[in-house]
Amino acid sequence: MRIDVDGTGCYAYTGSRAMEAGMPTIMFVHGAANDHCVWALQSRYFAHHGWNVLAVDLPGHGRSGGAAHVTVAAIADWIPRLLDAAGVARAALVGHSLGSLAVLACAARHPERVTKIALFGPAVPMLVSDELLAAAKADDHAAFEMINGWSFTAGKQLGGNAVPGMWMTGNALRLMERTRPGVLHTDLVACQSYGQGLADAAAVRCPALAILGARDMMAPVKGAQALLGALADKRTVTLARTGHAMMAEQPDAVLDALREFFRAPA
Amino acid sequence: MSKPKAHRFDTLSLHAGAVPDPATGARATPIYQTASFVFPDTDHAAALFNMERAGHVYSRISNPTVAVLEERVAALEGGVGAIGTASGQAALHLAIATLQGAGSHIVASRSLYGGSHNLLDYTLPRFGIETTFVDPRDIDAWRAAVRPNTRLFFGETLGNPGLDVLDIPRIAQLAHEHGLPLLVDSTFTTPWLIRPFEHGADLVFHSATKFLSGHGVVIGGVLVDSGRFDWDAGAARGKFPTLTEPYAGFHDMVFSEESTTAAFLLRARREGIRDFGACMAPFTAFQILQGIETLPLRMHRHVENTRRIVAFLAVHPLVASVGYPELPGHPDHALANVLLPRGCGAVFSFNLRGTRAQGRKFIESLNLFSHLANVGDAKSLVIHPASTTHFRMSAEDLARSGITEGTIRLSIGLEDPDDLTEDLGRALHAAGKA
Repeated sequence: MRIDVDGTGCYAYTGSRAMEAGMPTIMFVHGAANDHCVWALQSRYFAHHGWNVLAVDLPGHGRSGGAAHVTVAAIADWIPRLLDAAGVARAALVGHSLGSLAVLACAARHPERVTKIALFGPAVPMLVSDELLAAAKADDHAAFEMINGWSFTAGKQLGGNAVPGMWMTGNALRLMERTRPGVLHTDLVACQSYGQGLADAAAVRCPALAILGARDMMAPVKGAQALLGALADKRTVTLARTGHAMMAEQPDAVLDALREFFRAPA
Repeated sequence: MSKPKAHRFDTLSLHAGAVPDPATGARATPIYQTASFVFPDTDHAAALFNMERAGHVYSRISNPTVAVLEERVAALEGGVGAIGTASGQAALHLAIATLQGAGSHIVASRSLYGGSHNLLDYTLPRFGIETTFVDPRDIDAWRAAVRPNTRLFFGETLGNPGLDVLDIPRIAQLAHEHGLPLLVDSTFTTPWLIRPFEHGADLVFHSATKFLSGHGVVIGGVLVDSGRFDWDAGAARGKFPTLTEPYAGFHDMVFSEESTTAAFLLRARREGIRDFGACMAPFTAFQILQGIETLPLRMHRHVENTRRIVAFLAVHPLVASVGYPELPGHPDHALANVLLPRGCGAVFSFNLRGTRAQGRKFIESLNLFSHLANVGDAKSLVIHPASTTHFRMSAEDLARSGITEGTIRLSIGLEDPDDLTEDLGRALHAAGKA
């Protein structure tokens, strides 16, 4: 569905269903140089199991207009404005990578709007290699190749997709290639410069779920430990033999973790 | 962190899409010879049917063995995914039927495999889809043929049988200017010789019966999506409602919203394979996978053998002409050097001097070359196009496709090249005396 936020046309995937009053809402927030379709299976499941779904394309990404937000805080403050525009008072938030930081920050800054948060591949700080930043700044295709190489585990670099017939690394690469010039660099800088992670985690009052990939090279498990320590009400699911692209590598496992966590809407 | 490197072609030929079987540890890809798959519970079943979970439901829609092949070919082509089909013809039909229906139009190269020509020229008009055939080398003809209802450009990497080299970059650019995708039949070349997506093509299909499998024992096709074409942006906007508007046949799914990169494949699987049903059998996929494991080795040998045969025939007194793009006299020689640096495949045609009877004598005098309607086998093959693969074409269309009564098509196999030249030499000698 198209949603006007601050005069900018934004897009949110709803699972091909209209929003229904009285149903809880779950919002999915993608990571750097991605869009809503990284949540295709999970968002569609919730849309057909009693939830209103808003799997957004962040400004400057996918089908949304505008410029990419330059800080995690800016994305965190954009989320409630999108909820306002969609007529949603409170929502559960699910984020991946950059999106996980935005969801965390939103829960800290706007607690009245957030029921629960699920963080996929979070890390505080979320360090980005100089080589990747330089390639992204130059809009060099090598940046996408680096992300792809580090996001999928060695085994999954050779395929074995749960989705029949789909070559997952090729698909991930092609999605990133659609990114507008400069947006990946903006996203990565937003990740790298997010300095409020531990303070925001300490301020979160709603239940939190962290889903970690045991072989995540983009946001290693150890990078999430301080964050997890600062969250008051949290649970953690660590997926064995899984990298940063966990929705693609383990779609059923992450869905099952989400189902369990959101079984009783807050 | 060290900079990651993607796996290379030869490695992907052996491994892409396959993992040791989680149930048994089998290293080879198992043949999942089953029609259906047990659901753990009713919620899981519903989720599989509604594309909320990934997995297999029924082997017409998808199958684990076929899925390995689909991933492997997608990896080798540099695409986002693929669909295995009952034949190359089924792959072509699936591509067309996914994109368009009655009242639409295709612009196609006129240098096509006879079966593709039949589908486009005789069969699809019955379903309201018309095709304009153009000289593949004439970019102005492609441009002039575009109509408001055109939905697809289509050609072969190496045209059949004259080996016209499709100028993929120029034709793709023209197609994209009109908001249209370019579909390429890459059967003759395989991704070892050219990866059409790297030159601008949007969709690729193969008759996997040929070089991909190499053994000539299966019929199968594979349709691959580059994932690059933006179905609802720019000049394409409004042209592809099958992908960009709600589909009542699947819960009002809008495929281009469901997947930014794989809308075409989603619709092709969720409608085309589901409803037309021209799926690939698991055993077929297994056999094609066996072939692809050696694709790089075989294609190298195919091309080297072909170069030997071409050189032999080019100077033979009973041969009027040889059509192979690596020869300086071929009209696409320069383009082939750019697009096909590894070689121009192992199928080519030559024209015999003399009478039709001498042509018959030549074919019947061959011992190693098998006289049959196929190409891309490990064994060398021969056929007379005018009386077989292209016999439904009018004399005028035959001439436009570069086929004469004396045209002989060879598919060069993996035998010792000296044995092949000796076989050809004997047959030419016999023809000369006929």
